[in-house]
Amino acid sequence: MFYREAGDFKTSYADDSQTFPIRFDRLRYYAVIAVAFGVIPFFINDYWANAVFVPFLIYAIAALGLNILTGYCGQVSLGTGGFMAVGAYAVYKLMTAFPEVSILIHVLLAGGITAVVGVLFGLPSLRIKGFYLAVATLAAQFFLVWLFNKVPWFYNYSASGQISAPERTVLGHAVTGASTTAPAKYLFCLIILFALAWLARNLTRGTVGRKWMAIRDMDIAAEIIGVNPLTTKLSAFAISSFYIGVAGALFFSVYLGAVEVGEAFGIQKSFLILFMIIIGGLGSIFGSFAGAAFLVLLPVLLKNILVGHLGWATDLAAHVELMIVGALIVIFLIAEPHGMAQLWRLAKEKLRLWPFPH
Amino acid sequence: MKKTMTAMALALSVATPAMADLMVPNLSYRTGPYAPNGIPYADGFNDYFTLLNERDGGIGGEKVVVTECETAYNTEKGVECYEATKGDGALVYNPLSTGITYQLIPKVTADGITLYTPGYGRTSAANGKVFANVFNYPANYWDGASIIVKDILSQNGDNIQGKKIALVYHNSAYGKEPIRTLQELAKKHGFELVEIPVDHPGQEQKSQWLQIRRDKPDYVIMYGWGVMNAVAVQEAVNIRYPMDHFYGIWWSGSENDVLPVGDGANGYKMISFHGTGGDYPVYADLKAHVYDAGKAAGDGSNPGNVLYSRGMYAAMVISEAIRGAQAAAGHSNVTTAEVRDGFENLNLTEERLTELGLPGFAQPIASSCADHGGPGTAMIFQWDAGAKKWNQSSDWISADADVIDPLIAEDSAAFAAENNIAERCN
Repeated sequence: MFYREAGDFKTSYADDSQTFPIRFDRLRYYAVIAVAFGVIPFFINDYWANAVFVPFLIYAIAALGLNILTGYCGQVSLGTGGFMAVGAYAVYKLMTAFPEVSILIHVLLAGGITAVVGVLFGLPSLRIKGFYLAVATLAAQFFLVWLFNKVPWFYNYSASGQISAPERTVLGHAVTGASTTAPAKYLFCLIILFALAWLARNLTRGTVGRKWMAIRDMDIAAEIIGVNPLTTKLSAFAISSFYIGVAGALFFSVYLGAVEVGEAFGIQKSFLILFMIIIGGLGSIFGSFAGAAFLVLLPVLLKNILVGHLGWATDLAAHVELMIVGALIVIFLIAEPHGMAQLWRLAKEKLRLWPFPH
Repeated sequence: MKKTMTAMALALSVATPAMADLMVPNLSYRTGPYAPNGIPYADGFNDYFTLLNERDGGIGGEKVVVTECETAYNTEKGVECYEATKGDGALVYNPLSTGITYQLIPKVTADGITLYTPGYGRTSAANGKVFANVFNYPANYWDGASIIVKDILSQNGDNIQGKKIALVYHNSAYGKEPIRTLQELAKKHGFELVEIPVDHPGQEQKSQWLQIRRDKPDYVIMYGWGVMNAVAVQEAVNIRYPMDHFYGIWWSGSENDVLPVGDGANGYKMISFHGTGGDYPVYADLKAHVYDAGKAAGDGSNPGNVLYSRGMYAAMVISEAIRGAQAAAGHSNVTTAEVRDGFENLNLTEERLTELGLPGFAQPIASSCADHGGPGTAMIFQWDAGAKKWNQSSDWISADADVIDPLIAEDSAAFAAENNIAERCN
């Protein structure tokens, strides 16, 4: 009734090719943006920012990045944790070396540095595919973590090898360090996520994205019709690593404030983000958000219900939480192998016909 | 998504406890690879506060509410726990994790809350001039390294020139802490230091112990935690390393680390900044008010062991600091700032320890504005596998202040410069 193409007349090509061609979708999108930018910052407190929103926003950026590489271009990567570490250490070196420069610039530069590293580790993708590539990127994961542990220059020769984010500001508002307010933290991450998600959506709709998808679907056929595998695969690695680097930089500087490479950016982080895009939906922008939300928010929610609400012992709750999240992942993938994005697509199909399905 | 949010908002809104009591959150870990050591510590911590509540009606008439929050030794969960408990008026945090401590240092300083990290955390927090809200008395990692080296010195007639000492460490902020100190000590005493990292979680150490077997160091010092400890002791037994030449820092010397190895672990040494065993008079009260009343934390199997004692030690110091804060403030419902002052002016004497039912359990502490590090002393214990108990094998040994004080000054100055902190107490 509300969700339909009929009656929504387009009079220009620009209108016709917009991201959300259906009016209902468009309004919903504007409503989400309005709430995210206009409502939440006024009500957010430290708990909601640090435990819920900021990790969600940052993981969403990382999931977007991995989705570009794995979901759109079909190159399986297990190096996400390592690339996030590159972003984190890059931003740390930049923010301690050039304290007067805005942290926003540092975060973007850290993404750029990660992109270069990503291209480097993407080179094997020109010769190997699938599981073999996954193993090559796994090497990146272990090598990078080892490197940041081994070379003291990366952590400014501190006694413990920890890196800690000093206070840095954007337009006079602190966004890193302890005195950061919850809205500043939230808005900083939100603005970056919004810009990157907008970019990702438009990249994947355009020539670049179509080339990625051609390579993903069948690389030989893509090469025959004139898609250059070298530039396509390396651009996917570069852009994906840029996103992941930005996520790593924010993860360290805005969210945690102090990290240790082995614990924060270990192999389990690579798997976590891979699970996010598998559960959310490969090759879908919405899926990146849904997967990040599922794996970040569900454990917090379960913990609050089991411990806070039902008063269970913390260890029992932690074990049950693992079991519930694990079971949900299995059930999900059996019931809907294409992830939450597919559920969303089905819901939209149903909504088109509603209330007269026959 | 929206439903999730609503449900979460609901779950959160109901879970907030009353604000009137003294809130002391327990950021514990009873799951994951560090649980074998996290559980006894958390039990000791909880039981001591339960004892105060049951026997004395709390501290100064105020009940102590210990909210437990599971971190699994993970920094992200640690942040979540900190934020979740902070809003309830938490007075002091004791996260039992160096990673989480590093993260909380700036946060507690901004929020005016106290961070108490006995024997762990950031070593240079001993310098109260820079770290206003962080306390790590009675001893820190660098003290521990120095005390072990002193014991080695005393066994070799104060000459360890040319000896080889290996450091087997957890490859994290915690394990790397003593390296600087040991390097300095190696220069001073002329021994050779071999650094052998073990990656999280440390269940696989074959190659490290192969290296030890090949290099044949005269002594091995371990800075391990969690399952890594028991694995290392087992591997040392497997290569027939002489156990009395194998030292663990206080985090690598609990019953859970040596019992799985059996008789082979006999003679393994560890250092501790407090006594252990269930013979202290306080256990009579604990038995009467806590264990027999069915209020013991966990499964009740830990009382008297090393890490249970340490959890109890932390709870005892926190409660004494709160008591001091109440006396100084003149009212019992103390604020976070008053508790911080209580920590800074803590004067824990031997008489007081005896009153508390813990005679000779620990060294006296007299804290001050500049000194947040305490006496820096510890005792050596040796494992008796036959009797299944730790035997004290030395008196209190103090750390080499000539080496450690300049290192603390250097590291805290670096932190102060990085974060624009002006020195206090001048």
